[in-house]
Amino acid sequence: MPKITFHQPDGRSDVLDVPDGTSLMRAAVTNSIPGIVGECGGQAMCATCHVYIRSAHLTDLPDVGEDEDEMLDCTATARAPQRSRLGCQILVTTTLDGLEVDLPESQI
Amino acid sequence: MSATIIIGAGHAGIQLADSLRTRGHDRPITVLSAESELPYQRPPLSKDYLAEGDPQPLPLRGTEFYHDHEIDLRRGTAVTGIDPRTRTIGCADGTRMHYDDLVLATGSRNRRLTLPSAQGPGVHYLRTAADATLLHDDLDHATAAVVIGAGFIGLEFAAAAARRGIDVTVVEYGPRPLARALTYATTDQLTVTHRAAGIDFQFDVQVSAIEHAHGRVSAVVGHDGRRFPANLVVIGIGADPQTDLAAAANLRIDNGIHVDEFLRTSDEHIWAIGDCVSFPCTHAGTRVRRESVQNAVDQARALAATLTGTPTGYQDLPWFWSHQGSCKIQIAGVGGPTDRTVVPTDPTTGKFSTFRFRDDVLVAVESVNQPAVHLAARKVLSAPRRPSLTDLTRAGFDLKSLSARSAAISAG
Repeated sequence: MPKITFHQPDGRSDVLDVPDGTSLMRAAVTNSIPGIVGECGGQAMCATCHVYIRSAHLTDLPDVGEDEDEMLDCTATARAPQRSRLGCQILVTTTLDGLEVDLPESQI
Repeated sequence: MSATIIIGAGHAGIQLADSLRTRGHDRPITVLSAESELPYQRPPLSKDYLAEGDPQPLPLRGTEFYHDHEIDLRRGTAVTGIDPRTRTIGCADGTRMHYDDLVLATGSRNRRLTLPSAQGPGVHYLRTAADATLLHDDLDHATAAVVIGAGFIGLEFAAAAARRGIDVTVVEYGPRPLARALTYATTDQLTVTHRAAGIDFQFDVQVSAIEHAHGRVSAVVGHDGRRFPANLVVIGIGADPQTDLAAAANLRIDNGIHVDEFLRTSDEHIWAIGDCVSFPCTHAGTRVRRESVQNAVDQARALAATLTGTPTGYQDLPWFWSHQGSCKIQIAGVGGPTDRTVVPTDPTTGKFSTFRFRDDVLVAVESVNQPAVHLAARKVLSAPRRPSLTDLTRAGFDLKSLSARSAAISAG
């Protein structure tokens, strides 16, 4: 299973084995990773699963959708050009093995 | 040591346990759930969960969460009674437990269609993960579905079923969908969009019978004798608060468990939050009961503050969402039947918002496929001074710039 690393703002990190086809949001919530809320259940409607993608895998990600783009302008912690994504919109695949994400200071 | 017992493990109950621990509550917390699953999110059950494939419920928290925060989650544990005099509860398995604070987060239950024929193979209600699994499995064989009730659950199901290529007819007692919740501007466009996706609407129809043939549902029959053939029927005609335990304990009931602004029931050691309560709502100007994630979660947060020594009245802005096919509907604030409504952009584009004004002050915004407008509306409507129709007209109905400006003013 692809390994995904979630880095907390305080420097701690967790590595998860994430099944193919599972979203970053679901993986984080299911494994009790702090800092991901997923309030709307994965509909790209609440912007509470904001993550910053580390550069190594930026080009492997699906394009930012229209709704996602709009929501990323409304995140609690400022959007970073290129690196900001919604965790619910990124489904893990084998090409994303080794992906590392940083979690924002706040989601609400 | 004083103990807190929470009855119910939906959004409200689990958020309360979480927020109590976050705020430093260091005494025993027990959460009692009548369901057997790890507590899960309900909203996806009528949306993503109905797509093809093998869906899994989305947990509210991971299993480690309960262990790490020393929350004693007891699944499959139905509570049978509360004795406020001795401050004990009894469970179906014979267990009795003492509480110092008891919180009822019992939720709501589906209103049943009171026809003897409204049951049997192919007839579904949707609330729990168990309901959703049965419905999901049945969808594999369905070719024609009839939805009774054009509410949020019914329309979310209808859109998901139509997307799977199933013929869908929605039969509604009233003249339009979501009549109590949304303005005409929004429901008119929603009806157009759903019809374009192949959903047939039949309004002003009262269901008089459900027919069965060969051991399965076969049709829904209207009061005027019309038959709507179906091999799957979903009934979504609203919900009622779960008040049985509260009523048996002689707590005050008033369209839900009666609580004050601090979410305290008529017993000083018993509190209640979420779908099951009626509370004084500053935004509606009256006592209301709400069924929403926002209401559940924000009431839980307010009560956690009160129970950890910071009395906090609940007065958060109500908001709600529904995902129906290509339409993401989001509502911020509380509208009323006499509101003046303004729709500044063309609804036929499929991306628009309806602004609702009372006495020329903005009270609610309904958005379709404009999530950023919705989030801006929540900020603007939560601010101490709400914009007037004149303010909004001057700003070209650009809530985002209006909310940024008011944030700059309050910061500066």
